[in-house]
Amino acid sequence: MREPLIFDQGRPGRRAPSQAPAVAAGTDDLPAGLIRRTPPPLPEVSELQVVRHFTRLSQLNFSIDTHFYPLGSCTMKYNPRAANKLAMLPGFLDRHPLEPEAHAQGFLECLFDLQEMLKAATGMSGVSLTPMAGAQGEFAGVAMIRAYHRARGDTARDQIIVPDAAHGTNPATATMCGCAVVEIPTGPDGDVDLAALRQVVGPRTAGIMLTNPSTLGVFERRIAEIAEVVHGAGGLLYYDGANLNAILGRTLPAAMGFDVVHINLHKTFSTPHGGGGPGAGIVAVNDRLEPFLPIPIVGRRDGAAGHEYRWLAEAERPKSIGRLSGFMGNAGILLRAYVYMRLLGAEGMRRVSGYATLNANYLMKRLADAGFAPAFPRRRASHEFIISLKDVTRDTGVSAMDFAKALLDKGFHAPTTYFPMLVPECLLIEPTESEARQELDAFAQALIDIRDLAFKDAAAVKSAPLTLPVRRLDEVRAARQLDLTWQSRADSPPVRLP
Amino acid sequence: MPFIPHTTEDTAAMLGAIGAHTIEDLFDEIPAALRVDGLAAVPVGLSEAAVTRLMRERAARNRATLCFLGAGAYEHHIPAAVWEIATRGEFYSAYTPYQAEASQGTLQLIYEYQSMLAGLTGLEVSNASLYDGATAFAEACLMAVRCARQARARRIAVPRYINPVWLKVARALVAGQDIELVEMAATAGRTDLDALADLDGQEFAAVCIPYPNFLGGFEPVDELTNWAHARGMLVIAACNPTALALLKPPGDWGEKGADIACGEGQPLGIPLSSGGPYFGFLTCRKALVRQMPGRLVGGTLDVDGRPGFTLTLQAREQHIRRSKATSNICTNQGLMVTAATIYLSLVGSEGLRRVAAQCHANTRDLVAALCSVGGVTAPPGPFFHEAVLTLPRPVAPVLQQLAAAGILGGYDLSADFPELGSAVLVCATELRIAEDIAAYRLALAGVLGVAVAA
Amino acid sequence: MSNVPKQLQYTVEHEWVRREDDGTVVIGITDHAQQQLGELVYVELPEVGRALKPGEAMAVVESTKAASDVYAPLAGAVRAVNPALTAEPELVNTDPYGAGWLVRLQAADSQLTGLLDASAYTALLDAAD
Repeated sequence: MREPLIFDQGRPGRRAPSQAPAVAAGTDDLPAGLIRRTPPPLPEVSELQVVRHFTRLSQLNFSIDTHFYPLGSCTMKYNPRAANKLAMLPGFLDRHPLEPEAHAQGFLECLFDLQEMLKAATGMSGVSLTPMAGAQGEFAGVAMIRAYHRARGDTARDQIIVPDAAHGTNPATATMCGCAVVEIPTGPDGDVDLAALRQVVGPRTAGIMLTNPSTLGVFERRIAEIAEVVHGAGGLLYYDGANLNAILGRTLPAAMGFDVVHINLHKTFSTPHGGGGPGAGIVAVNDRLEPFLPIPIVGRRDGAAGHEYRWLAEAERPKSIGRLSGFMGNAGILLRAYVYMRLLGAEGMRRVSGYATLNANYLMKRLADAGFAPAFPRRRASHEFIISLKDVTRDTGVSAMDFAKALLDKGFHAPTTYFPMLVPECLLIEPTESEARQELDAFAQALIDIRDLAFKDAAAVKSAPLTLPVRRLDEVRAARQLDLTWQSRADSPPVRLP
Repeated sequence: MPFIPHTTEDTAAMLGAIGAHTIEDLFDEIPAALRVDGLAAVPVGLSEAAVTRLMRERAARNRATLCFLGAGAYEHHIPAAVWEIATRGEFYSAYTPYQAEASQGTLQLIYEYQSMLAGLTGLEVSNASLYDGATAFAEACLMAVRCARQARARRIAVPRYINPVWLKVARALVAGQDIELVEMAATAGRTDLDALADLDGQEFAAVCIPYPNFLGGFEPVDELTNWAHARGMLVIAACNPTALALLKPPGDWGEKGADIACGEGQPLGIPLSSGGPYFGFLTCRKALVRQMPGRLVGGTLDVDGRPGFTLTLQAREQHIRRSKATSNICTNQGLMVTAATIYLSLVGSEGLRRVAAQCHANTRDLVAALCSVGGVTAPPGPFFHEAVLTLPRPVAPVLQQLAAAGILGGYDLSADFPELGSAVLVCATELRIAEDIAAYRLALAGVLGVAVAA
Repeated sequence: MSNVPKQLQYTVEHEWVRREDDGTVVIGITDHAQQQLGELVYVELPEVGRALKPGEAMAVVESTKAASDVYAPLAGAVRAVNPALTAEPELVNTDPYGAGWLVRLQAADSQLTGLLDASAYTALLDAAD
């Protein structure tokens, strides 16, 4: 079931005429030397061909709307349609970002409310909505930590401590901020090695980046001690909010001792994953870091007719680390998160963490009872948990990757595989609170069936997937014989780089 | 319980299987001192009907205006099919295509997008998007410094009339890596070629050339490209994508063409949306592909020899290379890329060229109409779809009064570029018809207190 | 199981070193290392003439799942890099000690110190299992 490239479906001169001006306006007053001589290689297709092509492409995808999607660390919960519809109301959608504030009070009020709710959810005193993804939120957080130390006259602090189980964006971000990365190991029970931490902190420590619950799916029980050690050495604590879904409404990053938090709105607050974004990685900070927040942020004052909302930018926030986007971040995503939070309310947010954790613990127990090996069997699961398939691999040669592909054939998207890198042949499973018990039972049964098949006929599992539009793809070929555009195929068969 | 499917029976059975009494028991590893009972400051949850009412009321407070403002975000016609298809659940709620076999829709779409953007810019490869134009510009600067390899060349030359917010964003993002953005001298609204000699003796990794520049006009792209290459510098083009359907693409600049192109993709089927989400595009010559940040989709074959698509060159990215990654970017702007690809397929090259030509023609008419109001002048062109007007009075109050009359008159240039005097940047896209221009002319005359023939 | 030729010397970072009669030193990655990486898709090599300090990252070997740094085992200047690897990076997999060599250095110091012999390297690999 293949869908040809759109370029291959065109014919010279074919167009969708109603989508552009009927007449080509003259451009003789433009310098002749600047006029384009050959048209760009865009498709020449009819409107129906476009609609059919992209509709058919969509049907080749797995998505939350069509499949259970237990990707650990990604929080693939239901994206409420109301959030999309209301964020796309014409009053928000058609508005130019530079329109006068007086005409944007409704929009600004939504953003101000969102700032306040995010402060409540984290226990922090300041919020900036501008970072456009978790990675940008991390950049903002580390940049603020560096700005804080420099403002105190302490320029020696250029090290960021990161657990070896951390998400790859953490060390990548530290480098982007001109810091050196110092890794510390994780203990056998999933907690960060405190003794190792005590060894590495010192006058060069700018801060530590942590997730809690950690990427291993368990709560960092000694977080208060960790905070004491790092603060005691003069460093600050950064909270990677990727796993906030596990603890929403139950504990606050501020209470744990964190100075700065980023939240992935596209995880915890259910904005759409969109095939790879857009996201929003808002940052929340305590008083220490508040002056350094990226701009702009929404301020409120009392005017003659009630509340007046306005942007606070360079003039009002002189110590800010600066702007991170051309305007003010992913506004439409922020509105979607706002709608979701208003639908949930305070009690709904607490239910999120409760049922996400219930689902994860239930699924972990079902799998443990069926003989699978949780990485931390003596610990509670947070909203996600890891099972290691290394024994199955040893006995049958069937790997975590093979399990993942076999799950696709059974109509489930695979969990996260091979992350965190510490646990061999691992699956990181996050069901989220959206899923009903019957879905979890079906998923557990699917894993059991695949394991049975692995022992009976390993080759059958290793040949999965068999029922999808393509079978396993040659990734080595994709990297060695780069074929990145349609027009490069027209020249010759894909060639190696010179 | 909104979005929670569990019945009391489900919950009881699941707790029983785990061996816990209540859901609260499952949180017993969190030290008591850290626990909270709830989020007091968050309001009670609302039904969908109530939230709808709330949001409609707030959206209604945003007054509709006639838009003659660009400055980085442009109001173009977006075919109805674009968002109907982009918000299909299979695109909307899909994840990053890490399991390639289950994501061939997204992957093929990105491959088609890469093809279109590479072709539009006249370069050989494109990534799968960055966050927006400003950050794409910052990433292009970082990329140029990586490609340059010489430790000395941590400097980028930048024309004066580049988008001032992009410059601020780039400076904020490269600050941690000791990279300097150096402004080039300007004359008559563009870079002064005679002043280039002032930069001799300094090493630069690259020059960045906006196209058109922030004032809507044209930098001397061929001369600057050749000058840069003669000095061993890379050329970064920061372009408006609509303009590229009409104008010579960066790949054709000078003798060897630009090396990297970046820009804001919002004009390609993305609504103004109060400022985002938009997307940034980044393209480059094939030889530089390994230094390009962001995701890349490549064509390949499956085990049966069937063609398919997969993420490739991932070893450059954060999830593998970690502290040595080309960038920390992970999530990008996938849904916006979906919309842009559908948009470009619907308008095609002839359609996009006509959109661009109409934008230019309408702006020409706008400038002529507004200059017929006494006291308003415009420097000579050429310009693409934005132009500078000089007013006989300070700009800010004029724009305020125009806004009160329902007209978004333009962008006040006087704060960023005081040498231009009381200058405003006006824009007319293909959507501004003659009646709109006439309305602006009349309103401006009214605000300036000048009589005009109707 | 991996191949560890007796006549070469090794580093803890899984590089092998061979001293040549002309005083230069040839460096590559071991059979163990290429097995860990999987099929290579690209090799990034240093510029000829570049001066390296011991322990400095001098090359990158890239597969679809990893991109690993290769470190200079001793101080020296780069005399040559393997030209065949541009078109055929997989030579590092198929012949890591021969046609898959990476870099030839002019050693700053005629003594090769701090390197492991074949049995010490083998012991290192066995201990890690």
